Amino acid sequence: MSNQATPTHDNAHTTFDTKPIWRTFWVLLGITLVELALATIHLKTGFPPKYVLNGVYLILTCAKAFYIIAEFMHLGHELKNLVMTLALPACLFIWFIIAFVSDGNSYRELRNRYDPYHVQQNNTKVAPAGGEEAPSTPAQKPGEQ
Amino acid sequence: MAQAIPAGTKWWSGGKSPFNVEYGKLMMWYFLMSDAFTFGAFLISYGTIRMSSNSWPDPNEAFRAFPGMGSMHLPLVFVSLMTFILIMSSVTMVLAVAAGHAGDRKKVTFYMILTIIGGLAFLSCQAWEWTHLHGEGAWWGRNPFPNINGSKASTNFSNFFFTITGFHGFHVFSGVCINIIMLIKNLRGDFERRGHYLMIEKAGLYWHFVDLVWVFVFTCFYLL
Repeated sequence: MSNQATPTHDNAHTTFDTKPIWRTFWVLLGITLVELALATIHLKTGFPPKYVLNGVYLILTCAKAFYIIAEFMHLGHELKNLVMTLALPACLFIWFIIAFVSDGNSYRELRNRYDPYHVQQNNTKVAPAGGEEAPSTPAQKPGEQ
Repeated sequence: MAQAIPAGTKWWSGGKSPFNVEYGKLMMWYFLMSDAFTFGAFLISYGTIRMSSNSWPDPNEAFRAFPGMGSMHLPLVFVSLMTFILIMSSVTMVLAVAAGHAGDRKKVTFYMILTIIGGLAFLSCQAWEWTHLHGEGAWWGRNPFPNINGSKASTNFSNFFFTITGFHGFHVFSGVCINIIMLIKNLRGDFERRGHYLMIEKAGLYWHFVDLVWVFVFTCFYLL
């Protein structure tokens, strides 16, 4: 038993070259620039609708996360068993995100239905100067943003 | 992708590490997974609260400043710089790990110094941003930014922003401390005597994780 010995994959050590590192760097930089370009285009023209953009952002973010984990953290080059002990528990995030975000959405809908004061607050404009409690203008019709 | 295994290798017959990684590195992976759930819980609670609100402040209004540019409206510019700094320091960290594989002590030192500088630069950016936002009246329990539809916002926006970026910033800070310790150990020649640079790899895993979390923080707070 030689648990304290260094791992046996010395051949993997010698193949650790710097080329994929730079490729990963350019991929990450490229994705970030695409995200910024989309955000800027949306700010100027309002064209890609926000909900479409949000989906695109989430996909691109997951792509970046994959590249960081697989290449920078070198997990893509480890044994599949090790990868699975990390990837399978991480699948809990799928449930975690869906359950909690939809719970938030349901709470918002319930409150809008049963709490008129809450709806009125949301339709009351404040002065954009910020910080100060502005004299509230008459509430707008519900449904109007 | 995955490591090539000679046919017939019995990983579970005892006598060798079934995952073919060193103990400390494996435990670092499991620690990072638990940390990912901590950050995940933070970000998902942020998502839940944001989803349960009818309206939310516009990040392009809240995060529009750049050092030395006065009140110019520059959304996303400063945070892009911060993202670039962190990705760059992640690259120098991998280069340090690669140099460690090659057993090149001088190069490890060089790249560790660059990584530490990158981490400090990121922390300075964050300190500036926090100071700026605090000057605008934002802090835990205080939120000067109105909702995007013009109504008064709750303090959730700043509470989540400061808590999550603060927790991430604290990770960056401890990552810089770990990197400095690794640099000192490398300068003393500890790793050269030991014959391998696995400690650099473990510090590297932690450092990349910090970068990984920032990718999500960036998306959740500045883009969505």
